[in-house]
Amino acid sequence: MSLEPIVFWALAVVLLASALAVVLTRNLFHSVLYLALALTATAGVFLSLDAEFLAAIQLLLYAGGVVTIVVFAIVVTERLVGDRITQTSRQLAAGFGIAGALLVAILAIFRRSPLTVPRPAVSGDLTRAIGQSVLTTYVLPFELLAVLFLAALVGALYFARPDD
Amino acid sequence: MTLQAYLTLAAMLFCIGLFGVMTRRNTIGILLGIELMLNAVNINLVAFARFLGDVSGMVFTVFTICITVAEVALGLALVILIYRIRRTAVADHLDLLKG
Repeated sequence: MSLEPIVFWALAVVLLASALAVVLTRNLFHSVLYLALALTATAGVFLSLDAEFLAAIQLLLYAGGVVTIVVFAIVVTERLVGDRITQTSRQLAAGFGIAGALLVAILAIFRRSPLTVPRPAVSGDLTRAIGQSVLTTYVLPFELLAVLFLAALVGALYFARPDD
Repeated sequence: MTLQAYLTLAAMLFCIGLFGVMTRRNTIGILLGIELMLNAVNINLVAFARFLGDVSGMVFTVFTICITVAEVALGLALVILIYRIRRTAVADHLDLLKG
């Protein structure tokens, strides 16, 4: 038995368990820490798909950036000690029913039309291919992304302005 | 592993995130659920890109990751702004538009 299925199943277990912990744990701060674990496991899944560049981006932007921002937001809006940080869920049965029904529907579609695509060998350097694609075919969306970030930056500054 | 295995994993992750979005009462908790759903979509994109041998899916993932980061930053800025005005971060308490 090769190493690849073992790695995949280990990653899948960690990813799904931490994702369940994110939506079920009562402590909001613990929820964010589990999200960091889930995002790191996703980076591992990207690695198992030979996408090293995306795994690095995932760790830098998501596990580093997003988690830090969320922790800041929690610190501002909740008290870290005491019972304010606990959060409750509502309508658990309805949520479970809808999410479960969607999952069953998706899996039924997979069962009806199985995708048996063989995994091709890696052709060349994928990171180089991504870089060339971004700066040639997708250069317009890439530049629009810069505009989006500028707008997000200005918007966040506007929201965070002191009261006058 | 087969493409089917990756797609199944992503579908499960998406449904867990959807469950979180529907059941959480705190706005930050809802945002965390949205993060999980976006991650599932990213796994799908990368898996298809890898198995079809087309790098476009991975480029698209780079874009979605960047846009998600901007979305989270603005979403949390909104949460903090609402908290400043209404002193609450629970979505059910934000009922100003209710007649």
